[in-house]
Amino acid sequence: MTRIGFDHELKQLQDELLALGSMVEKAVIKSIDSLKRRDLALARTVVEEDKFINHKRFAIEERCLKLLATQQPMAQDLRIIVAVLHTTVDLERMGDHAEGIARVSIRIGDDPLIKPLIDIPRMTDLALGMLRRALDAFTHRDSAAATRVCQEDDEIDALHEQIYRELLTYMLQDPRTIQQATYLTWVAHNLERIADRSTNIAEQVVFIVTGKREEIGSSKY
Amino acid sequence: MAQAPVNIRPSKHLEVPPMPIGDEPENADPMASETIALETKSLQVFYGSRLALDGISMKVAARRITAIIGPSGCGKSTLLRCFNRMNELLQGARIAGEVLFMGEDLYARDVDPTEVRYRIGMVFQKPNPFPKSIYDNVAFGPRINGNKGNLDELVEQSLRRAALWDEVKDRLKKSALELSGGQQQRLCIARALAVAPEVILMDEPASALDPLATLKIEDLMQELAKDYTIVIVTHNMQQAARVSDYTAFLTTEGGGAPGKLVEFGPKDVIFTNPRDQRTQDYITGRFG
Amino acid sequence: MRLTPPANLQKRKLKGKLYAGVLIAATLLGIVVLVTLLVRIFVVGIGHLDWQFITSFPSRFPEQAGIWSALMGTLWMMGFTLVFSVPLGVGAALYLEYYAPKNRWTDMVQTNISNLAGVPSIVYGLLGLTVFVRWMSLDRSVFAGSLTMTLLVLPITIIATNEALRATPSSLATASYALGAGKWQTIRRVILPYAFPGILTGVILSMSRAIGETAPLIMIGALTYIAFVPGSDGLLNAPLDPFTALPIQIFNWTSRPQAGFQEIAATGIIVLLIVLLAMNGLAIFLRDRFQKKIQD
Repeated sequence: MTRIGFDHELKQLQDELLALGSMVEKAVIKSIDSLKRRDLALARTVVEEDKFINHKRFAIEERCLKLLATQQPMAQDLRIIVAVLHTTVDLERMGDHAEGIARVSIRIGDDPLIKPLIDIPRMTDLALGMLRRALDAFTHRDSAAATRVCQEDDEIDALHEQIYRELLTYMLQDPRTIQQATYLTWVAHNLERIADRSTNIAEQVVFIVTGKREEIGSSKY
Repeated sequence: MAQAPVNIRPSKHLEVPPMPIGDEPENADPMASETIALETKSLQVFYGSRLALDGISMKVAARRITAIIGPSGCGKSTLLRCFNRMNELLQGARIAGEVLFMGEDLYARDVDPTEVRYRIGMVFQKPNPFPKSIYDNVAFGPRINGNKGNLDELVEQSLRRAALWDEVKDRLKKSALELSGGQQQRLCIARALAVAPEVILMDEPASALDPLATLKIEDLMQELAKDYTIVIVTHNMQQAARVSDYTAFLTTEGGGAPGKLVEFGPKDVIFTNPRDQRTQDYITGRFG
Repeated sequence: MRLTPPANLQKRKLKGKLYAGVLIAATLLGIVVLVTLLVRIFVVGIGHLDWQFITSFPSRFPEQAGIWSALMGTLWMMGFTLVFSVPLGVGAALYLEYYAPKNRWTDMVQTNISNLAGVPSIVYGLLGLTVFVRWMSLDRSVFAGSLTMTLLVLPITIIATNEALRATPSSLATASYALGAGKWQTIRRVILPYAFPGILTGVILSMSRAIGETAPLIMIGALTYIAFVPGSDGLLNAPLDPFTALPIQIFNWTSRPQAGFQEIAATGIIVLLIVLLAMNGLAIFLRDRFQKKIQD
């Protein structure tokens, strides 16, 4: 098969993207962990390490630019590179959301949690599951799997709504919990954004495979 | 068919609609709003007993640039030559199926091939000016056609349209062979324009030229497309991507099998999201 | 690192020099022989070359003999040969190349034309005698001579023209057709102008051959003692007059015993060479003029 060199470069590009995805996933896990276990040092590492995520994004964008200029990609090759550019931005933003969660953790500081965290970790698992499945679909160019990821967004949104109501109840019952409850809603919001960006990635997968750009599964919320 | 008029502007001057862009419903015919200049219907080309092209059905839109791409030997030039009946110069060539020009059968019994070639001109891969003066080269076509009058104006107009006038206006009587490759090719284009064709066929017009000359020819093509229908065969995919409005992809299964039309469509579609895997493989350079 | 030469480099160089030497010797041999011949002829004959020689008729006395009738006979005959052979030859070549259907018969014709070029000239003489002199009752006239010569040189003209036509780049013909030209228009306006130098070369070759051929002329009865030139009783009768030609006259002189005739034979050869060179020179001049037009 011809264009071995280019195929190799495309594979490397994809590997870099997956590496970035992995960095982001770890950042999210660590940030939620730091929240659960009140580990402020861990939270500070997440904030510190966000710059590595940014660097990686720029490195991937550079690669894409180079490939566009030097390889005259057409059709699916072109769509892949453009999709990588989009996805890289989404991943880097997810990293920012993880950093946001860590900052919340730092702000809450030494205060005890107003309630044990149950739904937030559940939401995290769902969101990271979506991210993993979206990147998997990307690797396997599986547009059916990507579409399913988009449909999971409804569950996330439902959970987000639920967490919000619960925290609202706390705030109404006891005004002293307002500050922390607000922080916790930010955490849920960040997680919802992470899930939403995973659906963006899934839409890119569909674009690579079919060449069509569309919003899949518009949210009820 | 009527004789071509002497002035070089084509007789019909239509309003040219903008290219249809991709927001039509899926199955809409992208050529619905186009005037069709040339059309083939189940065209087959035989050289003796060998089938060179099989079942080619395509339309060429008027005043657009249609590119024909495909691997070497798949029959692109053969297809191009069907449009101006140049295939007949080769021994044993014949066609089956139809080739229509503005709805009329080009191969009908009462159609004179030389008449066809006045209305459908051709430019070749390697510039082939006659070993005569620049003036005589451009005037050749009109003189053949019986135009014995003063051809100065016609020659000037043709050279202007081919973006060559300024470079040669002081040396019209000098030999055409003194020009550079790119200039010679533009001279060949001027020569073709002088007989006032409606269609210009170009068989890899820039492949023998350096990059700068190539780009000049491409610019010229796009300028000419405002008034003429252009069909170009090219093996340079980036060129097809740059200049064409519609692209046709031809290929053959190899081993002497006939060439077939795999896909045809607006060039944006062909180069960003082709329907056929073979088209995709070809334009992304995946062979073997 | 020093580059080591291949093992047998010395031997190969020596071989190369040896071959070059052999080839130079072969060339020199040809040149030396030619120069020797020319010098001999020149030395023997130049003394007698004067206006009297050129304008006198042959005589029994070498001092008074001249070459006028032979010269005029040659020029008349060559003129008519040119007039007959060029249109026929070029026309035949054009037909074979562009109009004849491509099948076994035409292939056979092509091959046989090449063969005809190698037929001994005396056979043409016999043919000329039978057809032109006897059957067409042209007797031993300039017409008969030039028609016979035409037959002789026709194969050469046809082949040379054919080569010249084939050497025309097909891209020019294609360009012409693509502009809507018909076959004859393409031939006349594009192919013939381009092939003209080559055709002219063919004409030079055939004329050079014709001017020196003695046997066919003897066969058809060109006389050796003619004391008048064609056209002496009316120019229009010239073609039908008997004639003689330079080679014949020269041959006749060399077969006479008197030493004087040997010398003027050499003079005659010089005249023959001058005519030949003049003809060739003219044709080459014309060819160069045309070739410059194309090359420019």
